Amino acid sequence: MLLIRCPYCEAERPEVEFVYAGEAHIARPADPSKLTDDEWKSFLFIRSNPRGTHFERWRHQHGCARFFNAVRDTVSDKFVMTYKAGLPRPIETELEEARS
Amino acid sequence: MLHEHHPLVGREIAVREAAPLSIRAVADCARFSLRIDPARIVEASKAFGLSLPERIGDVTVSGDRLAVRLGPDEWYLTAPLAENQAIERDFAKLYATVPHSLVDVGHSEVGIEVEGTAALLALRSGIAFDIEAIPAGTGCRTIFNKAQIVLVREAENRFRIEVWRSFADHVWGILQAVSREIAIDI
Repeated sequence: MLLIRCPYCEAERPEVEFVYAGEAHIARPADPSKLTDDEWKSFLFIRSNPRGTHFERWRHQHGCARFFNAVRDTVSDKFVMTYKAGLPRPIETELEEARS
Repeated sequence: MLHEHHPLVGREIAVREAAPLSIRAVADCARFSLRIDPARIVEASKAFGLSLPERIGDVTVSGDRLAVRLGPDEWYLTAPLAENQAIERDFAKLYATVPHSLVDVGHSEVGIEVEGTAALLALRSGIAFDIEAIPAGTGCRTIFNKAQIVLVREAENRFRIEVWRSFADHVWGILQAVSREIAIDI
């Protein structure tokens, strides 16, 4: 079982306490009514689905119940790091540091 | 006519072998779920008569009252049954100045106490993380064999489980099976 570090509880907790909540850093358009159908479709449905480093949201449902962001490698399923919701996407040097 | 049904009441599991273990249902108490702006916990502490913990996972106890911080804006409070209404009144007064949500969850939860040198071993059967690493005097919400519980480590070898009454029989059954294994040392 995977152990995931919750940035709010500051502790490692088992995977069963968490739920996956899709890709992270997808900003909702400021004025949705101004969007064309195509742009709205992209916002709703189009995701990056990378092979490798993926920025994603998780929720510590059976713990503190908070949403947070995580960086996970989709090939090895290893979590690189987790960080609080609302923080900017970590830059490559931070990820390198977390990997080492 | 409605009858209050309280599962587990008066039930106990005791192992008196090499690793003593005692599991019992604790006396019913008043329980609340409190959601409030963390910046206003000083006022909430005054209303509850116990300073609410400031770190997630921390527990404060004073007399019969206990508070666990479960999340960024969520606390789990327990108190003696007789003080139920008084606590609700005190928080209702607070509501005018500090908006919050205090929900009486006393009827939905059942408390189980697991005590003894084998307590860690018994709980490990259903909890998927290293509970040895959580220090005494802390607590968290977690999963015990698929049932959501609130776990409080009251002392080195004493744990308290708060679980929904509909899950209580399931949790009790697992603990019973585990204590049997501990009793015959397998």
